[in-house]
Amino acid sequence: MTTDTNKQAAPPSSMRLVLTLAIAGLISGIAIIGIYESTLPTITANKARELREAVFKVLPGVTRMQALVNRNGELVAVEAPDKDEPVIYGGYDETREFVGYAMPAAGPGFQDTIAILYGYKPDEKLVVGMEVLESRETPGLGDKIYKDAVWVAGFNALSVEPEIVAVKKGTKRSPNEIDAITGATISSKAVVRIINEAHTAWSSNLPPPGSEPTIQETETANTEAGQ
Amino acid sequence: MKKNESYEEFIKGVWRDNPVFAQVLGMCPMLAVTNSAINAVAMGMATFFVLVGSSFLVSSFRNWIPKQVRISCFIIIIATFVTIADYTLLALVPKVHKELGAFIPLIVANCLILGRQEAFASRYPTRLAVMDAIGMAVGFLIALLSLGAVREILGDGALFGVKLFSVNFEPWVIMILPPGGFLTLGVILLFFNWFKFKKDEFLDDVAEAERRGS
Repeated sequence: MTTDTNKQAAPPSSMRLVLTLAIAGLISGIAIIGIYESTLPTITANKARELREAVFKVLPGVTRMQALVNRNGELVAVEAPDKDEPVIYGGYDETREFVGYAMPAAGPGFQDTIAILYGYKPDEKLVVGMEVLESRETPGLGDKIYKDAVWVAGFNALSVEPEIVAVKKGTKRSPNEIDAITGATISSKAVVRIINEAHTAWSSNLPPPGSEPTIQETETANTEAGQ
Repeated sequence: MKKNESYEEFIKGVWRDNPVFAQVLGMCPMLAVTNSAINAVAMGMATFFVLVGSSFLVSSFRNWIPKQVRISCFIIIIATFVTIADYTLLALVPKVHKELGAFIPLIVANCLILGRQEAFASRYPTRLAVMDAIGMAVGFLIALLSLGAVREILGDGALFGVKLFSVNFEPWVIMILPPGGFLTLGVILLFFNWFKFKKDEFLDDVAEAERRGS
């Protein structure tokens, strides 16, 4: 056994112990920086691509997008939003015509925060699409908020006036009602509440329909946005 | 002879001393991420990478690491490998990384890995340490996969995301919820212990017969 030599020898000096740990820490630090630096571009590109795909999904017909933030009560286009600054995305079609906003929103679900992105057309006051970005809802039950196609399609034309209401399955009567998922009532109500809250928070900050910021970017679809 | 020795170290981790079924180690990832076969495989591969990498380094440096700070050194080595695995998964398979979530960083705390460093890699030559690590990691992967497959088939009617049954199959939702992990693991452990019991009984019978025969 190789540890025998250690046992018989005098205990190593404190200096040696400190040095061993320092060298181990140094090498480990270098390795971690190396892997962080080499994977960072892929990770940011993945996140940007996911966001673009989600924006295009919740706003049908959109081929260009730009990040918008609220500065001094006015909605302005920015290249890179500040960290922690609430940001929404403006979607534009081929002819650079404004289509709608893609609004990120988050709130508590059944187990953990649910983060969603929904498409909103201000001129018709309609939600036109919803995509769950992050959720830890119960597999098999709460995860239907993104696996149940009928439920997701329910957000394709949903009025936000006066507010969205989740009703028992099969009892949808008016344009602002959506059928909740059987067996996932809490999760489906959470999604509806998140959208309602985000809508209330943003509605006063959105410019009147027709005077949305025009698109800044000159290049087509594949420019990086929202980073 | 030498070949047999490595083979012995490999096979003991896969079967006789299987980290999950025989030593009951690494229960946290075992129960938490085995709700689908693909998650189980990703977790198994990440653990494989960390365990084999750490065992190789610990065994190579075993004469340089002073006994008094060995645990800290092992943890530094393991944590570095875990961070590498974490970022690699995030870059290559972001979907799987999202599913596994907090359990990738928690590989550091998997007692299976630190246990192998302390009990084996820090005492034996590199070749045997690596064989031992591969054996243990494969054993762990098999255990994760068998649990994940059973839970996905019963709980979702699918395997690796491919539907196995007609639409009439009613999934046993409980199998992909936490209790399903305990139930499945309990039944598998029961089988293993029953098997071991039967084997011992059989060996006793053989010994008995030999004694009487001679």
